[in-house]
Amino acid sequence: MGQPHVDAMEVDSSRNVRDSTTDYMQVDELPAPEQNKPADVFSPEYLRLYYSRLFPYSDMCKWLSYGNDGKHPGCDSSYLNRREFSFTLDHDIYVRYVSFRNASEMESSIRDRCPYKIDIGAVYNVDPAKRTAYASSGSEKVFAPVERELVFDVDMTDYDDIRFCCTGADICLKCWPLMTIAIKVLDTALREDFGFEHILWVYSGRRGVHCWVCDVKARRLTNEQRAAVAEYFRVYKGNENNTKKVSLGGSAMHPSLLRAYVEVLRPFFEDQILSNQGLLQFEERYGKLLDMIQDDGIVAQAQDRWQSSRRSSETDVSVARWKQLKNLLESGKHKGSGLRRCVEEIIFSYTYPRVDFEVSKHMNHLLKAPFCVHPKTGRICVPIDAEECDRFDPTAVPTVADLIEELNKGEASLSNVAQNQKERDISKTSLMKSIELFRTQFLNPLLKSCKADVENSYTEKLHNTQTKLDW
Amino acid sequence: MDFRVASTRRLSSGGSDAHSRLSFYLTAPTLEVSLEEFEQYALDRLRVLKGLEEALSRGRRSEELEALVIDLWRKYMRTSNGSDLNKDIISHFVLRLVYCRSDELRKWFLSMESSLFRNRFHSEAPDDQKRFLEDNELPYKAISTSDFESIKDKLVQVARSLNQPSPNADSTFYKVPFEEVPELVAGRKVYIHKGQAYVPSTQLTFLVAGQFRSKLSKALVLTYRKWMSVISEEESDRLAPIVEALSSRYLGPDYSQGKIKSEVALQDMDDLAKTSFPLCMRHLFFKLREEHHLKHGGRQQLGLFLKGVGLKLEDALAFWRSEFGQKMGVERFDKEYAYNIRHNYGKEGKRTDYTPFSCNKIILSTPGVGDHHGCPYRHFSEENLRAALGSMHLGVRIVDEILEKVRNRHYQVACSLTFEATHGSQTIGINHPNQYFEQSRKILQPKVPQELANDNTETTTAS
Repeated sequence: MGQPHVDAMEVDSSRNVRDSTTDYMQVDELPAPEQNKPADVFSPEYLRLYYSRLFPYSDMCKWLSYGNDGKHPGCDSSYLNRREFSFTLDHDIYVRYVSFRNASEMESSIRDRCPYKIDIGAVYNVDPAKRTAYASSGSEKVFAPVERELVFDVDMTDYDDIRFCCTGADICLKCWPLMTIAIKVLDTALREDFGFEHILWVYSGRRGVHCWVCDVKARRLTNEQRAAVAEYFRVYKGNENNTKKVSLGGSAMHPSLLRAYVEVLRPFFEDQILSNQGLLQFEERYGKLLDMIQDDGIVAQAQDRWQSSRRSSETDVSVARWKQLKNLLESGKHKGSGLRRCVEEIIFSYTYPRVDFEVSKHMNHLLKAPFCVHPKTGRICVPIDAEECDRFDPTAVPTVADLIEELNKGEASLSNVAQNQKERDISKTSLMKSIELFRTQFLNPLLKSCKADVENSYTEKLHNTQTKLDW
Repeated sequence: MDFRVASTRRLSSGGSDAHSRLSFYLTAPTLEVSLEEFEQYALDRLRVLKGLEEALSRGRRSEELEALVIDLWRKYMRTSNGSDLNKDIISHFVLRLVYCRSDELRKWFLSMESSLFRNRFHSEAPDDQKRFLEDNELPYKAISTSDFESIKDKLVQVARSLNQPSPNADSTFYKVPFEEVPELVAGRKVYIHKGQAYVPSTQLTFLVAGQFRSKLSKALVLTYRKWMSVISEEESDRLAPIVEALSSRYLGPDYSQGKIKSEVALQDMDDLAKTSFPLCMRHLFFKLREEHHLKHGGRQQLGLFLKGVGLKLEDALAFWRSEFGQKMGVERFDKEYAYNIRHNYGKEGKRTDYTPFSCNKIILSTPGVGDHHGCPYRHFSEENLRAALGSMHLGVRIVDEILEKVRNRHYQVACSLTFEATHGSQTIGINHPNQYFEQSRKILQPKVPQELANDNTETTTAS
């Protein structure tokens, strides 16, 4: 008791135990190479090359400096240095509280240690590498996080009860639309409802997506406010021992939910999820869905009809059956709004984003950095354009092996001749597209508003000191 | 913070104003107070907070809660000499000292005090509420009629989603940054657009309570720093002992530290789980045996309980390894999960010896997909709960009785009933899974302490 590290355990304990963080086993040591043939897509040698020739250090540092790396007198030059990075090295060795002053320090440290995974933590009040100097109890300055992007983590494993194409760590194009839905719903709500503008979506490298909300307002939210934003997205309340999965509230839906429902959930469910997942194709699947209806009469009616009809070879049997079920639920006989609610509840259960709330709730929760390499799949954690997320194909994301091959074969495009070696290297590979996306969609607008923030806070500060002097 | 205990100065009531009976407790009082009062006031306030906690964990409805708070307040916080306000302020600041000293304590105090404030504020007359806003210079301005008209549809929709009457032109809405009303945001109880929350005047309480909460949250951290750097030393032989005694006095039995516990052996675990584990732990235990896996929330809830029961670290590691190992191999377990078990026993990371979860914490948890933790009485569907109770060989009649309690959201009462039915003995009420276990052991194996004592004497004489 009495340790000044407020909350410090959140990360310590969760890192090792969370199921979702078990991605980073040393693949090259696995005796059985048949899983994904890891040696083909990933090896420490590839990783070393990637870090030395392609990893975008300066973009990362520009982002995480938030305009504080300039010459303006309002810049806080210690800002980047107070950010925690964490490395996962070979043999699952964790190194926490790593910090850098600039891109070249970052580069030499990463190239030196060649981490299998890089996590980004919070910005602390002091350089995290020197935290112990401040830990003594007498000190007024207690080591504590002061800023952190608002982050979201959506992982496909949390959908295992409603997807039938694959389970666990696997994903395919049949279940990936669930992630597309998550991106659309969260992105719209974060912008429209909460007014955030600088949002970065990143493929987690295997089975999910990460979201970084980088507005200055978002970075300064307290843990409690973070929890509130996360809870705003909690619709799914089911657990293993309760069939009632979703609670939508009273006689109407909250405007945010209604928008998600009309614009995203319903069309996706009816056009894609139903047939992709064959939700009403087999008895065990439709049984699960029918469990959500609290009217035994309708359930029995549907079951009778579906058990007798042998049309399960048709691809759109789920779609046809959904129409029947909807008619039953919305027909005049059962006008009670409770049953009409069922349609909505079912769709929400099968589509609404399932956010990993713990990740969002705490300032000091670590999250994997963009542009990392996933050691199991070899894929790069590339940014996703939220507006074009329908077209994002996780199976087409380049692996580190792809990039190295492109690097070896490729020619730098002529327009880049004037640029430095790194830029030329990147331009030979398909990473270029991702980095351009990162810059144009995210980094440039962000830095523009950061510049304004720095100016404003500086003039404000000047103004304040002046009024004080006048007095 | 500045406590002048029994000093000669007497000042007008510090911090709060004389108009309102409520306070944001912004400045510590500079009041004369005897050491006895210091302690007595704090204890009285604790009784209020504890009463509130109990009601919260029973899932009481908000109207019930408000009535209860007023009752508790009347019972404990009235003074004979009309200095109610002073007692309120003094007791609050004393408890701030008591509860600032760890994250867990701060969290508890923050949530209880916020709830207390909210209920007290809500019970005030509208005029008094308004006066409080003015006194504390809370700058809430109602939105204009034209603004209201432009978003009326959305506001109506929100009201309907909460089964509340639709707002009309006479309704007042306040526009505030969403950060100020986290509770309303979390429950989707307001319309939010571009970062602004539109709070109806009926929810004014949340707005003010939100202010209260964030102010107190910051103040608690500051108080802690001050306590560490100055007060604990300066007051080492006067206030510090009282403060420390107060916190231990009221946390209820602490199942993690200090006490010499009886130890349990690994091989007895299955029998104990059947006879003496509360349903929440029994369920987790047998799910683990069955599936050789539990997700994080389940591992925490069961793991800390087993620690409280007296499972030693080495045994705990062996236990979890033998289960998880069957599914993922021992090596992967050692690499990915063993750390966390040592962490719970205070052997890794921050090295805090973590406390087993109380019923309150378990009831308020939110198990999700694939999770088995939580309170079965709260989180199971009726059907599953009935099946689970059936597997404990309880009769239909008693199961019905238990389910009746559950329907009225008396989860702990339901658990107590289960205890009484399986043990054929009364209980004073269950508020901690480890308490359930200990009571159960006392009944089923009353001679254990003596035997242990005998063992000890024998070894001493032998050596």
